[in-house]
Formats: sequence, C-alpha cells, structure tokens
Amino acid sequence: MTIPSSKLKAQSFGMMLLLLTAFCILPPLPLAGEKWPGVDESVIQKVAKEHGKEAKTSLINTDQGDLLLFVFLLAGAVGGFVAGYYWRVITEKRVNK
Amino acid sequence: MQKHRLSQAHIRKAGVTLLLLTADCLLLTVSDAHAMHISEGILPLPWAVFWSLLAVPLVAYGLYKLRKLSATDLSFKPLVGLMAAVVFIISCMPIPVPTAGSCSHPCGTAISGILVGPAISILVAAVALLIQALFLAHGGLSTWGANLISMGVMGSLAGFLTFKVLRSMKINLALSGFAAGLLADWATYFTTSIELASGIKGNSPFMPLFSKILIAFIPTQLPLGILEGAMTAGMIVLLYKKRPDLLVRMKVLKPEEAV
Repeated sequence: MTIPSSKLKAQSFGMMLLLLTAFCILPPLPLAGEKWPGVDESVIQKVAKEHGKEAKTSLINTDQGDLLLFVFLLAGAVGGFVAGYYWRVITEKRVNK
Repeated sequence: MQKHRLSQAHIRKAGVTLLLLTADCLLLTVSDAHAMHISEGILPLPWAVFWSLLAVPLVAYGLYKLRKLSATDLSFKPLVGLMAAVVFIISCMPIPVPTAGSCSHPCGTAISGILVGPAISILVAAVALLIQALFLAHGGLSTWGANLISMGVMGSLAGFLTFKVLRSMKINLALSGFAAGLLADWATYFTTSIELASGIKGNSPFMPLFSKILIAFIPTQLPLGILEGAMTAGMIVLLYKKRPDLLVRMKVLKPEEAV
C-alpha cells in the first residue's frame, strides 16, 4: 500500500493540530468541576436526596485524590488498545485476502 | 511525486497517537466521580434485586449466543472484542453539554446492538458496567441490574429495532444508523427515569416523579442523543466502506447491498 509522502505529512500535521487543540480546550474542564456536574449529580442524586436516598461509596473506592484519574487513564489506555487491536484485525483481513 | 510504503511503523505510530488521544480525553475530562449511571445505594434493595433478577437471564442468553455464533464464525470474536471496547470507552466518557451546563455520556449500545445483535450487546454492556462499577466509581454493584436494563437491554433493543425497521423501509444506511443511535440513547434515559421513579417514590404517585426526572434529563440527553446518532451513523458507514462483507455476514446488509 503506497501513499504520497506529502499526503502523509499533511495528515501528520493535521493530527498534531488536533492534539494541540485538544490540549488547549480540554484542560479547563477539570477546573470547572463544580460547573459541569454529571447528570448523576444534577438529576439522579438530587432527586433521590429529595426522597431520602443518598449515594453510597463504591465497594472498591477509587474516588480518592488522583487515584480515580489514574484508574481512568488505565481504563482509557486498555480500552483504546483493545479497540485499536480488534479494528486492525477486522480491517486488515480484507487486505490479506 | 515521491511515494513510500505505509509501513507497520506508520500504522503503529497512528495507533499510539489515537491511544494517547483517547487516554488524554478520558484523563482530562474526568474531574470527580461524575458517574452517569444510577449510583450505588440509590435504589432500595428490593428494586435492586428485581432489576438484577431481570437482567441475569438475558446476560446468560447473551453468553449462550456468543458461544454458539463464535463456534461457527471465527470472524465474530474480533467484532465482539471491538464492540466491548467501544461500549466500555463510550459509556464512561463524560461529555460536557454547554446548553445544560452538565456532563453525560453516550451509551454505545446502539452500534453494538446493530452489529452483533441485541443479545450479545447486552452481554457486552454487562461486562462494561461491571468493570465501571468495580473500579471506576461509575454506577454501582447493587444498581448493576437496573443500569444494565436501561443501557444494555433497552439501548440495544431500541437501536437494533429502529435500524431494522428503517432499513426495511429502504432508508439509507447513515440515516438508519443515526436514528438508531438517537433512539437508543433516549430509550436508555427514559428507562432510567422509570427505574429511578419507581425505586424512590415511596408513597408519592409515580407519574409526577417520573415526568420530573425525565424532564430534568432532557437538556443534557437531547443533544447527546444527537451526538450518539451521529457517532453510530459514522461507525456504520466507516465499517461499510472498510468491510461490507462483514456487514453482510452480520446480517446488517443484504448481499446485493454490499457493492
């Protein structure tokens, strides 16, 4: 499979630009934690609290400091790897045939 | 024009970039345990048991279907693996909705329902929800059954049925995928509203509480449903371009439609 070198460069540049944009846009989101609650907080837990029900901590409580960030990073990396691996298995089959 | 081979190294580099971007998005958007499923301890025990008892036979049926299909078709397992990863990532990814000022997540069960069928899609969602409840403070073990019924069962069924009905009416692939994703997302939160209202209502009437919860979901889930529709349509069209034969084998397309 051959592709023009200039096209590859343009794609790499586009990817870098996308990454840069993501880095610029996304960091403010964690800082705005109180401004962007999940619907669990803004709807489910709020209504449940009005009816005398409160959420409990999970059995394995990873919501401690930055531990949750680490677990999410791990989950994202593993999930991304698995998705990428199987996508490659599925799409490369046609090329091999 | 200078040309060179797209080597394994290039593919690997692209894969790593995609992986980093995914991880980066997940890492940067999570600020607290902002789960979007019903959290641990919200539902009373009898209701939690009821939803779990309803969900377990469906998971068992999904497992039976998976074993049966993967024994006859070897290409089925990679697709199930892909769908499991997609549902897991999508259903724990908080997406900010500026119009509502809150975050929520798409479900991913529409695409898995269409591609691998509702039974296996339920199994995939069950595994994703279990991992999220155990390690990501996302949902809960006691509310696993309720979350599975709303996201796994209703999401998969709504996506699958919408897609099938629209395709039988000769609606094109992208539009059918879009409607399937949209309705799967809305069906999920419609069911969550039923589960929550019936669980916490106590002596108060069901309908006013149900309407209140459903209306509260609308500002966030209305745009997210549209996003889920677009994602589902995009994935179906991409797979159609890459592997139309696979879509035929999964009975998503008729042989004459895969040109």
